[in-house]
Amino acid sequence: MIGSPDVVAFTKEDEFGQNNPDPWSIPEEFSIPLHPLADSNPWAKTSYAKFTKDFILISEFSEQVGPQPLLTIPDDPKVCGTFDLNYFSLRIMSVDYQASFVGHPPGSGYPRLSFVEDSRVVLGDSKEGAFAYIHHLTLYDLEARGFVRPFCMAYVSADERKIMLQFQELSLRFSQASECLKAGNRRAFAKELQRKLQDLEYTHSVLQREEGLQREAGPQCMYSAHAVEKANELANVEKSIYEHRDLLRQISCYHCRPRRDPHAVTCQKCMTQCLSECEALLDKYAKLANPFSYTDKGRKREDVQSPTDDGGGGKGAEEDEDEGIKRRSSYTPQLIKARSAKCFDKRLKTLQELCDEPFYEATMELLKETERSFRGDLCYLHTRRMDKALRRRQRITNFLFEEDLGDEDEDEGGMLRPFCAVNHDLDNYTILNPPPIVLGPEPVELDPLEPPDPLDPASETSHTQESELVLEEGNLDSSPSDQTLETQESSEETKGSFSSDKSGTGLAEKQQSLASVRSELPDPDSDLTPDADHNTDLERESSSEDMDITAGEDEGDNGGDQTPVSLLEVVSELEASMEDNCERRSGIESDLLVPIDTACCMAQEGFLYEASAPEAASHLDQSSHHQSSQTLVVNQEPQSLLPLQNDYAVGSLCSESPAAGLELPVGLLGDAVSRTTAEDGSDYTMSASTGSDRAASPLGYGGVVTLRQRKRAGHVALRFVRQYPFAIQALWCLLSGRTLVVLGADEGRVRRLVAALALFVPGPGKCGERVQAWLSCPFTLTDLKRWKLIGLQRVASPVGSSMLYSLSRYSRYISILDADQKTLRCPPYRGQLLANIADHRTYIRRGSTYFLHVQSTLCRLAAKAFLFTFTHHLHLPVSSTEGPEVVEGRRRCFLQEQLGLGEEDSQILLYLSQLVTQQYLQPPAGNSAVAPCFSFNYTTSVLYKI
Amino acid sequence: KTDWALGGCGGHKSPVLCIGEEQPKNCFTELQVLKGHFDIVRFLVQIDDFRCASAGDDGLVLVWNVETGERLQELRGHSQQITAITTFTCSNGLMSHTSLITASSDRICMVFISCAHRVACLSLSLSLSQCLLVLERLCVWFSGGEELCVWDRDFQLQCHRQNHSDTGITALIELPKNCIAAAMDKEIMIYRLTVSTDSTLSVAEMRCLSDHQDQIRALINVNDGLFASGSHAGELIIWDAIDWNILAYEHILWEESQTCAQAEIRLAAPKPSEMSIQHLTTNGKLILAAVGSGLYVYSILTKTVVAYRKVAHDSNVLHTMLLSDSELMSCSEDGSVRMWEIQELPLTAEPASPGFFGMWTFGRPNKQTGPPTKKVVDVPNIRTLELTGDLIGHSGAVQMFASFKENGLVTCSTDHLLILWKNGARQSCLRSLALFQKLEENGGL
Repeated sequence: MIGSPDVVAFTKEDEFGQNNPDPWSIPEEFSIPLHPLADSNPWAKTSYAKFTKDFILISEFSEQVGPQPLLTIPDDPKVCGTFDLNYFSLRIMSVDYQASFVGHPPGSGYPRLSFVEDSRVVLGDSKEGAFAYIHHLTLYDLEARGFVRPFCMAYVSADERKIMLQFQELSLRFSQASECLKAGNRRAFAKELQRKLQDLEYTHSVLQREEGLQREAGPQCMYSAHAVEKANELANVEKSIYEHRDLLRQISCYHCRPRRDPHAVTCQKCMTQCLSECEALLDKYAKLANPFSYTDKGRKREDVQSPTDDGGGGKGAEEDEDEGIKRRSSYTPQLIKARSAKCFDKRLKTLQELCDEPFYEATMELLKETERSFRGDLCYLHTRRMDKALRRRQRITNFLFEEDLGDEDEDEGGMLRPFCAVNHDLDNYTILNPPPIVLGPEPVELDPLEPPDPLDPASETSHTQESELVLEEGNLDSSPSDQTLETQESSEETKGSFSSDKSGTGLAEKQQSLASVRSELPDPDSDLTPDADHNTDLERESSSEDMDITAGEDEGDNGGDQTPVSLLEVVSELEASMEDNCERRSGIESDLLVPIDTACCMAQEGFLYEASAPEAASHLDQSSHHQSSQTLVVNQEPQSLLPLQNDYAVGSLCSESPAAGLELPVGLLGDAVSRTTAEDGSDYTMSASTGSDRAASPLGYGGVVTLRQRKRAGHVALRFVRQYPFAIQALWCLLSGRTLVVLGADEGRVRRLVAALALFVPGPGKCGERVQAWLSCPFTLTDLKRWKLIGLQRVASPVGSSMLYSLSRYSRYISILDADQKTLRCPPYRGQLLANIADHRTYIRRGSTYFLHVQSTLCRLAAKAFLFTFTHHLHLPVSSTEGPEVVEGRRRCFLQEQLGLGEEDSQILLYLSQLVTQQYLQPPAGNSAVAPCFSFNYTTSVLYKI
Repeated sequence: KTDWALGGCGGHKSPVLCIGEEQPKNCFTELQVLKGHFDIVRFLVQIDDFRCASAGDDGLVLVWNVETGERLQELRGHSQQITAITTFTCSNGLMSHTSLITASSDRICMVFISCAHRVACLSLSLSLSQCLLVLERLCVWFSGGEELCVWDRDFQLQCHRQNHSDTGITALIELPKNCIAAAMDKEIMIYRLTVSTDSTLSVAEMRCLSDHQDQIRALINVNDGLFASGSHAGELIIWDAIDWNILAYEHILWEESQTCAQAEIRLAAPKPSEMSIQHLTTNGKLILAAVGSGLYVYSILTKTVVAYRKVAHDSNVLHTMLLSDSELMSCSEDGSVRMWEIQELPLTAEPASPGFFGMWTFGRPNKQTGPPTKKVVDVPNIRTLELTGDLIGHSGAVQMFASFKENGLVTCSTDHLLILWKNGARQSCLRSLALFQKLEENGGL
């Protein structure tokens, strides 16, 4: 409503950028930057882009095939048109400064995880007409080179200025998404690590057992080639265990690192929770530090101790508690073959596999939301932002005429709300009951082979700091205009023109290639699972081990059940709970993310987009349709008339654009379009159907009345105003708090009228509680108190007579608009305040224009009501000597002379003020014990006829 | 054509004056609907400046905060409709607490001390009590019905006395010299309460006043020296409170001779209910009698009717109140509350009501001074009752109302609702005050 033409026009060009504080000027943050748009045709630059609207592209620098696009948001091949995503991926990934460094840092024996902060870059390609904000991030993957997989998320737009001016917010939102993705990735990584550790420990135990058998077989076998090989293998497995344990430690202390990135805000609750879980996990592994729990010694100890263990001890209790959780995701350790996987042999994990499901979903939602919120051109974004900023300042009066500001608006405007992907109600539960991690018996104290101490923290942090890229904050804080200048200078080169990060490639430390490590690791694909034969073999060897074997088997089962490590089980719980929500989406994405065969990894580029995208797109199309109709995004770019745009632009939205007042091509369709859009919305009772659309009322206790519905209602309201000369009186009744009863025999007509007039009901409630669209029984005083606008059925029956009785009985409290006979019975109104919104000779022809016009007028009214309500001396005596009549006189003087309102117009303001007061005084909890007040006054009504 | 009537009273054929919607003197411009009862709400009793209790046929007693409209307490206990309710303020030294005494058709009287806890549950030995009277100076209370019972401050039955009438005691008032008057059918029985030396109470019949021709409907104290009673036949008798003699006798009687059209429709003799005195109120100087659907203001000083309106409501008036010497209020079965002002009759105006009433003045009942003279038309100083406002909200008969001065007015009705009527301007001012207080607490917006 702030964006309506009336208000925008107040921004003068002269005032912009001047420093002299004019008390009457709009604060600078609310004014529209007219200069950048004034110099040239704003659409000139975007005309040669090969795509029609902005989109988000996620690409990966695959270690196998190089840069490749993974997915776009919206997920529709039409979105990028003929735009070459592969080429563009190459471009945007090539500016990635961060070489993924790999291997062992000097002085440490273990491979290190690189902790890399995200980087933000703006890149332009004038040949393609594409500009992009690019957010680089790395995800961890145990099987990847250096354990890292570089990704980037890019916001691609044809409008360079849009990206430049929205840089801060883009950065905020993408940081949020990135943090979310990385958090999920860390969980997935930890899960993977723990599985791997389990495998390794199991393998280790098997190897040890074999070695022990050999040893028992006799010394002659000790030095055979086979035995040596076994010993080497064992040593390798042990080394691998240490390495993985260290990796787990590293990933666990991720949160401890100081973050340099100011945008990297994470949910504090999540953080602490993760931290505590990680610590618990580390504790477990420290206790389990003996990887050789399957040794004879361990098992013998187990023989002795198992009865007591089962009997009591916290562990047993814990197990019982979380048995259900464990059982659900049991994992059987697998034997790992000592053969390393070839680099190009393996299938790399997809992005979805790299990230825990709920986090992945949340990230995608975030990105979709980002895409939605950046739809529209720069002018629209600015207007909307101003609108929101203004409205946020007017919280006290917003309830009067504004549609509800959604929750998503809360975090806009600089302050980044930490995003939490998982619902914390569920998380609280898991915090209370942390599932224990039991990988095996706990012969800790007897462990002869204490693993070497992990790296001391000092060296670790220093390394982290070293490897971190230094973010220069000055760049981030630079004003949009600076950025624009900078880009304009270099834009001709179509190179990466703006980077928020210093490129820090030099900092990457070359470490020992991990390939050697991996070559020693057993093959995860090995099919050497423990089987009964194997065990029975062992069983035959020594009868004394009978107990051991069964215990071992139990362990295998139980341990498998318990393995699922706490912080991952939590998520699996969540996954289950979110299953319903995500079902459709995951279905789509499983289409997208087909497991890629190693053989066709070279064909991947085309694969993702050509094979599965259309199918998925049809799903997403619907959902995006649905969502956009709710969020009311206007995507009105110059290309919006291209046919393929129609899938994204919801049909009627063209009439809602703030630019509708301008003579855009849309206007050619004129009233016909808006009329059809107003009439043919089947979900809306403005449709011409009569009597049959009872259930589909948007008003009453249906749901939230959306802005879109209100705008459509504007059309009917305009017709009402043009048709009825007494419309002004009807509007005055509504605005001054007198209940208006729309009486009619035709339900559709009454409902239509009610929906239109509902625009003028002050404080209609979030779901239109103050409006009753259709009532077919006599109303009572309680109803009058509750509803301010009632559609009443006229019936010719005994019921009708009692209804008429109630009408005449309560006639002093109501105004009656007879839709059939076109009469209005209400107190006379002679004021001028509403003349400009109820002029039946108005030149406004379009419903949406009228809606904005009305909104603008109502906004002014609300502002006056605010002023009136919160001016102390208008309500209360200034000194003790003043009587109530002095205050009364002052109030009247204010209303009449300063606001220029007549008697009837003052009533509007008094009513609005009363609503504001009540809203302000309302206890936040909502005290239901006190019935609401119903105010009225005693005035004579007159009958208006057409 | 419109098929429904417009206007407040256009649909009715009764000759009731219609004030319309313009009511500048009506200050009740805000209302709150108080829900909580499940049946007819018959009684309202004021507890203090801001609390009031309502009782009805559902056996519930609800205590309300009149300032906020909040329901403070819900007192349950009676299984049947409540027939009488009164407050009982007992002060012992510094502390004084108010109890509520209720009588019900379930033949149980209950006492709710401090309006919160039921402490005494008193069986009235199968006697139905219809009225309650509290003598606060003696800290005793009476319940009257099939028998007259006297209870002390500890709610112990002190004595009881059977009476002979079929209808039982319908009204009780306190008279000087420890006397009480009880209305039973057509008679008024005077009892004297004596406190013997061992502080036991006893009740003795003193006199039976049987001057009414019909059942006594209302019995009130006028001032220290007078009490008044009204009967179903429209007799209003002013009694001396000391020696129980008749000071004045008025028989309110309609004569329908002037309105031929109506006389044809109606029976020649007015229905008894049309002249039944339903309710009497007084402020010491004036007595306001609700007679059928009309209102009469009787002056004690001049012993004449100073103002009247034969048809003040569409239906029987159920409760009245004198707000001041010139303002009064009435509620009726027609669901409305009306506010009246006693005004000097304008010279040019004719009496709005076509009714007459005959008036007989007696110095003594046995000294009848000739034939009754019609004084109405030519009484020069008679004034008129002008309707200054009406409150429409209830969908059933308004049983009773209680005024809380500037805090508003509470009405109760057969539609199970209570409505709290308030002065909108004052409430608005109070809200503003609250707003700026909250503003200050919050330290700004």
